[in-house]
Amino acid sequence: MCAWASVAVPKLTTRLGVVAALGLGLALAASAASAEPGGFGLGRAATPEEIAGWDVDVRPDGTGLPPGEGSVQEGEEIYLERCAACHGEFGEGAGRYPVLMGGFDSLEEDRPEKTIGSYWPYASTVWDYVQRAMPFGEARSLSDDETYAVTAFLLYLNEVVEDDFVLTRENFTEVRLPNRDGFFMRDGSDLPSGEPCMKDCKAAVEVIGRARTLDVTPEDEQQALE
Amino acid sequence: MTDRKPKAPGLPASPERRRFLLTGAAGGLASAGALAGTAAAAGNPENLPPNVADWSRYLGSGVDAQPYGVPSEHEAHVIRRNVPWLTATPESSVNFTPLHELDGFVTPNGLCFERHHGGVAEIDPADHRLMIHGLVEKPLLFTVADIKRFPQENRFHFLECAANGGMEWRGAQLNGVQYTHGMVHCVQYTGVPLKLLLQEAGLKTSGTWILAEGADSAGMSRSIPIEKALDDCLVAYSMNGERLRPEQGYPLRLVVPGWEGNMWVKWLRRIEVGDAAWYHREETSKYTDLLPDGRAYKFTWTMEAKSVITSPCPEMPMTDTGAHVIKGLAWSGNGRIKRVDVSLDGGKNWRTARLHGPVLPKCLTRFTLDWAWDGKPVLLQSRCIDETGYVQPEIAALQKVRGVNSIYHNHAIQTWLVNESGEVENVRLG
Repeated sequence: MCAWASVAVPKLTTRLGVVAALGLGLALAASAASAEPGGFGLGRAATPEEIAGWDVDVRPDGTGLPPGEGSVQEGEEIYLERCAACHGEFGEGAGRYPVLMGGFDSLEEDRPEKTIGSYWPYASTVWDYVQRAMPFGEARSLSDDETYAVTAFLLYLNEVVEDDFVLTRENFTEVRLPNRDGFFMRDGSDLPSGEPCMKDCKAAVEVIGRARTLDVTPEDEQQALE
Repeated sequence: MTDRKPKAPGLPASPERRRFLLTGAAGGLASAGALAGTAAAAGNPENLPPNVADWSRYLGSGVDAQPYGVPSEHEAHVIRRNVPWLTATPESSVNFTPLHELDGFVTPNGLCFERHHGGVAEIDPADHRLMIHGLVEKPLLFTVADIKRFPQENRFHFLECAANGGMEWRGAQLNGVQYTHGMVHCVQYTGVPLKLLLQEAGLKTSGTWILAEGADSAGMSRSIPIEKALDDCLVAYSMNGERLRPEQGYPLRLVVPGWEGNMWVKWLRRIEVGDAAWYHREETSKYTDLLPDGRAYKFTWTMEAKSVITSPCPEMPMTDTGAHVIKGLAWSGNGRIKRVDVSLDGGKNWRTARLHGPVLPKCLTRFTLDWAWDGKPVLLQSRCIDETGYVQPEIAALQKVRGVNSIYHNHAIQTWLVNESGEVENVRLG
């Protein structure tokens, strides 16, 4: 693809080239000064090293995973030191910090518990999020191997793998989370449509709930002191 | 002489607190006699006619007393507020726009609600870069100055958090429009169409999705289909004429008109073009809508037609019988607002409100209804219809399809009960 693209001729055959030719005269006019894609001549080439430092995202098909590995047992040590203060020793959560394990078969219940094991569709999401954003307040501080290990331990806490499991780039896509097929895209509106009623739309209405009886609304300190 | 009503406090209070305040206010009212119906009603008689106030006699502050102007000290109560029990920590939390205090459809920059996942990234624009790479001919790195040299667009858009109203699925919970609806704001953005930046890098035909990523410590990331990226997304550097506020993504943020606020990545540092969605944490664990059968909607990006009455509301009680303006806001992620209806009887009968232009697509629209209150209890509702014909639903219709555990995308009709003493409550009708 890159070799093909380096030939000057096919530029306008790309979808955007055509869009530019038809709809963006300004872009083409400005492109006289530059033979590069686009045509404004702004920005500079990002180097492979620069991209490698920032491009750490991972997809469900394993795209983006770096080489490396980590075991459940290594992950437990890291987890207890770096994660348990907020998420609890067993992923049960501390205070209002997220619960990471359990909640199996709770999604249809009155109070569902959405965890990695009960709700998340892909293990890649765990790896990606731990690597980019965890530990909270110390993002990007885990090595790739440590991220594999913490992910392995979280999978173990959720009964997805055994305690002797070692997670690697090679076996990553074999891991399957229980709720993988639990998501779908809505097809348009999910509500009935039609011209709204204007007169005598219902016979009676009744107040069945009041926010004030719950009394969970914050009050201003200043007002409370008045 | 109209029937004067006691002045309730300007903010929601617990029932006990409110009774106390009402009693106090009523006592004051009895002695004041001719109390007018505004917060500063009592005032200082020394400043009122026929007397002449000090500010009419003596010089005031000169220019530059406030090099960057701030609101009057008498407006100090017009602030964002949060709900401390909602979240574990303020760095990963949300606060709410005081919709009840605002007029028109533009939100002042300092009052736009905040939602952070790793706190506010404090960025020197000289040290900020936007990287575009992946399925492009030429990966590029832009400075903020580079971005400002592209052709610019100026557009008003609302930004609503998908969880706005999320605490109200099961019933009326928070007694204030700031908390039930305050995760929305609307400003004019200045920026460059994302399409131009993607073209500059030479988007490949195999590119069907982008990943937008922030420079904050949460590395906020969302997948966006290429059709939306090429349609109306902006990379913005200004809001309401001045540079983005730090808490709104300074120096660069993504604008994704009509779509859920979480996708409007702040502190935007990277756009990767790919051929599939990334299924990151914010589009799987969060921002998916759990249904009663245990399955969940994914990628419910559009914020559907919604409206709310912002006055009267629990924070803005009725102060008197007689002439009043019912005012509110309506918006739709699918285009322009076509009509807003208001009901005074809990949805039995409706009358059409007046829209105040300009009525812009994917933008807040102000509506008002002039009204004379007779002092009797009223069940206030608003219902909007957008240009696609979509009608804002009742909560029962939403619950029937989506249950009560969705968290996100509650755009149901809101009910305020105005009682005989003029207090306003968030109530749920059955």
